[in-house]
Amino acid sequence: MSHVFLPPDLDRLWNILEENPGALLYAGGTDLLVRLRQNPLKPPSLVCLERIEELHGVRERGEEVFIGACATHTGLLADAIIRDNFPVLVKGLACLGSPPIRNMGTIGGNICTASPAGDALPPLYTLDAGLEIRSRNSSRRMALTDFILGPGKTSLQQGEILAGVWLNRHPPFAIHHFEKVGQRNALAISLVSLAALLTVSAPGIIERVRLAWGSVAPTVATSAAVEAMLTGRPLSRETMDSAIPLIGDAISPISDTRATARYRRTVAGNLLLRLIEVDRRCK
Amino acid sequence: MKISFLLNNREIELDVPSDRRVVDLLREDLALTGTKEGCGAGECGACTILVNGKSRLSCLMLAAQLEGCSVTTIEGLSPGDALHPVQEAFIEHGAVQCGFCTPGMVIAAVDLLRRTPDPDRPAIRRGLSGNLCRCTGYQKIIDAVEDTSRRRGKGKAS
Ligand SMILES: Cc1cc2nc3c(=O)[nH]c(=O)nc-3n(C[C@H](O)[C@H](O)[C@H](O)COP(=O)(O)OP(=O)(O)OC[C@H]3O[C@@H](n4cnc5c(N)ncnc54)[C@H](O)[C@@H]3O)c2cc1C
Ligand code: FES
Ligand code: FES
Repeated sequence: MSHVFLPPDLDRLWNILEENPGALLYAGGTDLLVRLRQNPLKPPSLVCLERIEELHGVRERGEEVFIGACATHTGLLADAIIRDNFPVLVKGLACLGSPPIRNMGTIGGNICTASPAGDALPPLYTLDAGLEIRSRNSSRRMALTDFILGPGKTSLQQGEILAGVWLNRHPPFAIHHFEKVGQRNALAISLVSLAALLTVSAPGIIERVRLAWGSVAPTVATSAAVEAMLTGRPLSRETMDSAIPLIGDAISPISDTRATARYRRTVAGNLLLRLIEVDRRCK
Repeated sequence: MKISFLLNNREIELDVPSDRRVVDLLREDLALTGTKEGCGAGECGACTILVNGKSRLSCLMLAAQLEGCSVTTIEGLSPGDALHPVQEAFIEHGAVQCGFCTPGMVIAAVDLLRRTPDPDRPAIRRGLSGNLCRCTGYQKIIDAVEDTSRRRGKGKAS
């Protein structure tokens, strides 16, 4: 049996974490409680973060936006600041799980689970998300890309929590795109996903581009080489065809029960072709 | 651990292990067996309940989290023996076969209609996409929800 704590604020949380070494944190529980059920070893205690007000909500701070770690996906999908500034994140969250999973699951939980298939992650990589890590006596900022070390591995230390996510308001891109390929639309883990931010000049030249793929490497995959190759070139089939071979160096997909590595490689490339259509639709 | 919360509009205080799953607490401790457990892992929606008016999965919530909340299960959706308009529409449209998915489906539909005043069929499908049904093929369920929304629009149902 595990004792479940429900601290109402951070001060109470720090006390609980000090007095209960080995306690596991959870927010929505949609990852942790599923994992615990499969695992017969019960932790001595669980700490649910959902009542801690400081970890909720979306706040504008100068040129930045802070998203509390316990913000639920449903809450973010309905938030005006998020909808206005970060359509790429909205598109990613909209295809995460199902309505009740989005009602319960949080952005902090998606990040800390550090799954290569986490649907919030490719959008947050393209947006250069920063994370606020807090413990009783410290608060530090680090890049999401440095925080996630591998599948299920983060750089969180004992006594630390993820307090929230920092994003630059007004990311300088006109087109926000996210596409997830899975076996069905709802409740399907992604086989391959692509988040893309893009600005295309009037004559159709790619001025700026950020790309991040999910489910094709131990962590979200990015490729400076592909981005450099695309920048300054026309947004055309020819340009994409010449960039696609470079993606191979950025990804290392696995074969599992859902798809083969070869399928994932092909789809990771072909998802780039969609950007041509997306740009047409935006005009 | 002592917890107190509002269950179907009645104050209730219980002494339960804080890590008891809410679905077990409802079904086994309180004999509210309307709420079902299908997968126990967030995939099927059979265990859906309303917590503070929002649909949540009772298989992925622990007793401690209920403290101070207002919980509605299928038993408490409408007072006494009266049926909720969504329940009536399910009967009328033959949206129930074995009935296992029905309590979760109805609760999910109530949540959807509360948040989306006039959902079209694709929106209803998306709204119920966390609830699996192995019998009906979904069409009649979607018909029932669409009809509830239409009647509500005409002021015939609440
Ligand atoms: C049926 C089902 C379908 C799903 N579908 C998808 C999907 O399509 N796409 C997808 O990306 N995910 C999916 N998930 C996974 C999950 O719902 C998401 O990753 C969700 O965002 C997790 O959030 P949570 O708050 O529920 O996490 P929790 O289970 O509460 O926590 C997950 C992990 O993060 C840690 N943690 C949580 N918050 C903090 C914090 N603030 N500080 C430090 N550590 C923290 C916990 O200790 C735990 O290890 C699905 C899950 C289920 C059950
Ligand atoms: S029993 Fe809870 S979602 Fe299936
Ligand atoms: S009626 Fe049998 S599962 Fe839906």
